[in-house]
Amino acid sequence: MSEMTYEPLMVEPAGVPRGRAMIERADWAARAYAKYDVATVNRIVDAAASALAARAQEFARDAVAETGFGVVEHKVLKNVACSTGIVDAYRGQDFVSPEIDDVNKIVAIPRPAGVVLALTPSTNPVATVSFKIILALMTRNAIIISPHPMAKKVCSAAAKAMAEAAVAAGAPDGIIQIVEDPSIPLINALMTDERTDVIVATGGSPVVRSAYRSGNPAIGVGPGNVPVLVDSTADIQKTAARIIESKAFDNSILCTNESVVIAEEAIADKLLSAFAREGAYVLKDEERDAIRNTVFPEGHFNIKMVGKDAVWIAEQAGLKVPAKTRVLVAPFDLVVPEEPFAHEKLCPVLGFVRVPTAERGIDIARAILRITGAGHSAAIHSANPDLIMKFSAAVPVLRVSVNVGNSLGASGIQTNLPTTMTIGTGFAGRSSVGENLQPKHLINYTRLAYNSDVREVMPAFAGLNPWVAPAGPVPAYPTASNDRNNAQVPAPIHREPISQDVAELRDEIRKLIVEELHALIKN
Amino acid sequence: MTQEHVAAPEFDYGLFSYDSKEQMLDKSKEFWNPGKTQFWIDSGVPLVIDRREEYFIYDMSGKRLIDAHLNGGTYNLGHRNPEVVQAVTMAMQHFDIGNHHFPSLARTALAEALIKTAPAGLSKVIYGSGGGEAIDIALKTARHATQKRKIVSIIKAYHGHTGLAVGTGDDRFSKLFLSDRPEEFPHVPFNDLEAMEDALRGRDVAAVIMETIPATYGFPLPNPGYLEAVKVLCEKYDALYIADEVQTGLMRTGELWGITKHGITPDILVTGKGISGGLYPIAAVLATEKAAGWLNEDGFGHISTFGGAELGCIAALKTLEICSREETRSMVHYIADYVGKRLAEVQATYPDWFVGIRQNGVILGLEFAHPQGAKYVMRHLYENGVWAIFSTLDPRVLQYKPGILLKPEVAEEMLDRTELAIGKAYAEIRNERRS
Ligand SMILES: Cc1ncc(COP(=O)(O)O)c(C=O)c1O
Repeated sequence: MSEMTYEPLMVEPAGVPRGRAMIERADWAARAYAKYDVATVNRIVDAAASALAARAQEFARDAVAETGFGVVEHKVLKNVACSTGIVDAYRGQDFVSPEIDDVNKIVAIPRPAGVVLALTPSTNPVATVSFKIILALMTRNAIIISPHPMAKKVCSAAAKAMAEAAVAAGAPDGIIQIVEDPSIPLINALMTDERTDVIVATGGSPVVRSAYRSGNPAIGVGPGNVPVLVDSTADIQKTAARIIESKAFDNSILCTNESVVIAEEAIADKLLSAFAREGAYVLKDEERDAIRNTVFPEGHFNIKMVGKDAVWIAEQAGLKVPAKTRVLVAPFDLVVPEEPFAHEKLCPVLGFVRVPTAERGIDIARAILRITGAGHSAAIHSANPDLIMKFSAAVPVLRVSVNVGNSLGASGIQTNLPTTMTIGTGFAGRSSVGENLQPKHLINYTRLAYNSDVREVMPAFAGLNPWVAPAGPVPAYPTASNDRNNAQVPAPIHREPISQDVAELRDEIRKLIVEELHALIKN
Repeated sequence: MTQEHVAAPEFDYGLFSYDSKEQMLDKSKEFWNPGKTQFWIDSGVPLVIDRREEYFIYDMSGKRLIDAHLNGGTYNLGHRNPEVVQAVTMAMQHFDIGNHHFPSLARTALAEALIKTAPAGLSKVIYGSGGGEAIDIALKTARHATQKRKIVSIIKAYHGHTGLAVGTGDDRFSKLFLSDRPEEFPHVPFNDLEAMEDALRGRDVAAVIMETIPATYGFPLPNPGYLEAVKVLCEKYDALYIADEVQTGLMRTGELWGITKHGITPDILVTGKGISGGLYPIAAVLATEKAAGWLNEDGFGHISTFGGAELGCIAALKTLEICSREETRSMVHYIADYVGKRLAEVQATYPDWFVGIRQNGVILGLEFAHPQGAKYVMRHLYENGVWAIFSTLDPRVLQYKPGILLKPEVAEEMLDRTELAIGKAYAEIRNERRS
C-alpha cells in the first residue's frame, strides 16, 4: 500500500499542458496555411467537407447515441448542410486572393486570424464542428475544437476524418485539432492563451461570457427564445405545417427552434386545430401543468428533456399521448419571467398565447425576448407587409423568419440568409457579431491604399498574388540533407481535386438534401 | 550592538552571492577550473549563465541569449520546462534518489516507458547517472555478451570521458590521462565501409559504437546506407551495434530515436542528456534480451548509487512523454523545415563563406570556409544574442541545435540574429585576410 506523504502542491490539471502543445502546433500550421493560394485552399475545403458528408449518417447516429439528443435523420440533414452544403453556398467566393479596387486605388489582402479556438455545443455537435472547420479552412485558419464533453467521442471522430482528408489534400499538418478530453481548466487555459487568435463560442451563456472575459478576441453567440407571431392574414394550414415541422426538427435542439406561438385571437382556435392535424398534441390545463412540472421542475429547465421526443416527455409527466405526436403545445396566459413556458425550451414543447390584436402580439414578442433571446431570432407568419415591418422593427432580434419555420429559416437552410450553425446576436445579445457567422468573420484585410492625388497612379495589381501552392507536404518530412534526392518521403500527397466517387457521392447527397428540403416545405 | 548598514551584494543567490561578475570569474579560476574559465574569456564569450527560462539564457550582465546549443540536447524542452519542473517538484514530496540495491518504483516505471517507445527488440534498461557512465555500461554489456574485448569507434567520435568511453574518442582526452588503449579501441574513419570491414574481419570485436550523427565532430552526416551497412557488417562478424543516441534521440531528428530513420534495430541504445529534462541527471542503456544476459547472471554486475536516481526517473518519464507527443513531432518537422529553408537563404548570400548545411531534423552543423570558422561565427552570434558552439573536433563547423518546442516567433528572431552574425563573421575574416 502506498500512501503519498506530501501536501498537495498547486498543480496544473493533466491535459492543460497538452492543450498548450496543441496551440503551439496550431500556431505553426496557421503560419504555413496563411501563405496558401486559393486553388489549394478550395481543394482542401472540398476534401474536408466531402469526408464529413460521406459519413453524415454514421456521425448523426453516433451523435444521438452519445448525447441522447435529437433525431438521426435531421442530424444527417444538418451534417450535410454544414459540410458540403456550406461549401456549395460559398462556391465561387474567394477569401484568399487580394481584391483590387482600381477606382479607389486600394488593394485588400486577406489576412487570416491565425489560431481559431472553437467551442461547440452538445446539441448540434457534428454539424457545428464541421461548420466551424469549414469556415476556418476557407479562410486559411488553423482550428482547435473544444467539443462539449457530452459529445466528445463523435466530435473527435468527425474532426479527425476532416483533418485527415484536409492534410491528404495538401493542408498543413495540425491544421485541424480537437481536444479529446475537454475539462473546464483546459478550456480556460486554451481560451486565455495569448496564442489563441480568436474564440468562436457556441454554447450556453456561461461559456460565451467566459470567452468574452478571456482577454482574447471572441465571437460568442447567446441563446435564443424565439417568439412566433401568427396574425389573421396568415395561411393557417401552411403556417401550422411549417411551425410544427420546424419545432419537431431534431426535437427542437437548434437554438433557432420556436419557443412561443403568439396567435391573434381571431385565428387561434383554427391554428390549434391545424397544429393537431400536423401531429401536435394540444395540452389541456391539467396536462399542461404536469408538463410544466416535468420540463421545468422547481421552475428550472430540466436538461434531461433536451432533444427528447414529445411522446417520451409526455410519458415522464405521466401522460399518454398519441404515438405519432411530434410536438406538445402548451397554452398559457401570461408572458412573464416566472412563467417557465415563456423561457427557451430545447425540446418539442411549444408555448401558445392568444392576443386580441396583432399589435398586442408585438408587445408579447418583446416580453418573451426580455426574458432571454435578445439579438437572436423571431418569426412571423402573415400576409401583411406593414405588420411584418412593424414587428421586425420592434422586436430586438437580428433576423426575422417570414412564413417559414424558424429552425431552418434563421440558420439559412430554408431562407437565403447565410447558412450557419452560429447565430450572431449582436449588441442586443451581448455579442460582437450580429450576422450569421460566416467566413468573413475569421479574416481581416490589409488594405494598401495609394495617394488619392489623381497624379499618383496606381499601377496594375491584377495578376499579382502573394500566395503559392505548397510544393509538397507541409511541413516537409525532415530527411537528412545529404539524402534528399532519394528520400523516403512518406507517400506523395494526393493532388487531384476530389476523386470521382466522392464527386458522385456529393451529387447523391446534394439530391438528398434537396429532396428532404422539398419534403419539409411541402408538409 | 551597532547596526551597520551593509549594501546587499549585487548577485544574491540565497545560499551564496557575488559582488560582481569579475569577482565571480576570479573565484571561478581560483577554486574551480582556471583553464576553462580563461578559455571562454579569451574566446570572446565571457558567459556566466544566470537566469534561464524557455530557450533563453541570461548572462550575469543581463544579456539575453537564445540557446541554440542546448548542451547537446540537454535542454531540448527548454530551460526549466514547467511540466518537468512540476513533475520533479511533486515527486520530491515523496521520492528521493532511491536505493539502487532494491527493486524501485520509478526505475521500473521509466524502464517500461522507455522499452515501449524504443525500437523493437530492445527489452531491458540499465541506468547510469550520466552519458559517459551509460556508454561504459553499454561497452561492458557488449563485452559480456560477446566475450570479446575490442570496441570499434569512429575517428573523432565522442562518447564521453569515463573510463571506457574515453577510449572510444579522440586521443586528446585519453592521452592526457594516460588512458589511451589503441589495441582495445581501434578507430576507423567515418563513412568508410572498407575500413570498418577491415576492423571487424578478425571477429574479435565486441561492438561497434556509433553516434547516429557524430555531434562533437560537427554532425557530418552518415552517407545514405552507411549505418545500415555497418549494422550488416556487425551481424556478419558477430559484433554488437551500439547506437549512441545521446544527442540524436528524443525527437531531434523528427522521430523519437534517430536510428529508427535508418530502419536499424540496434543491439544496444544509449540515451542521456535530454532524457534528464535538464533538471535531474540520468542516463540509460537499452539492450536486447540477448545483449543484456548479465542482468540474469549477476544483477549486481554494475553498481551505481546515483544511476537511475528516482527523481531523475520522474524527470525522464515526463520528458519522454512530452517528446513522444504527436504535437511535438509535428512541431519539430515545422521547425526543421523553417530553419533549413532560412539557412539555405543565408547560404545563398554567402556561398563561399557559409559552405555547407548538414541537417537532420533540428540537428544542424553549419560549415564555414575557414579552419576556425565556427569560432568566429560563435563569437558574433554571442554578441548578437544567440548561443551556439563550435565543434571541438572540427572547428570549421558550428553546432546549431534549436529546441524541439521552439515557437515560430523565437525561431524567426533566432534566424534574423544568425543571419547577421554569419555576415559579420565573414566581414571580420575578410578584413583579417586583407590586412
Ligand atoms: C554523443 C554523446 N555521447 C555521450 C556523451 C557523454 O555524456 P555525459 O557528458 O553525460 O557523460 C556525450 C556528451 O557530450 C555525447 O555528446
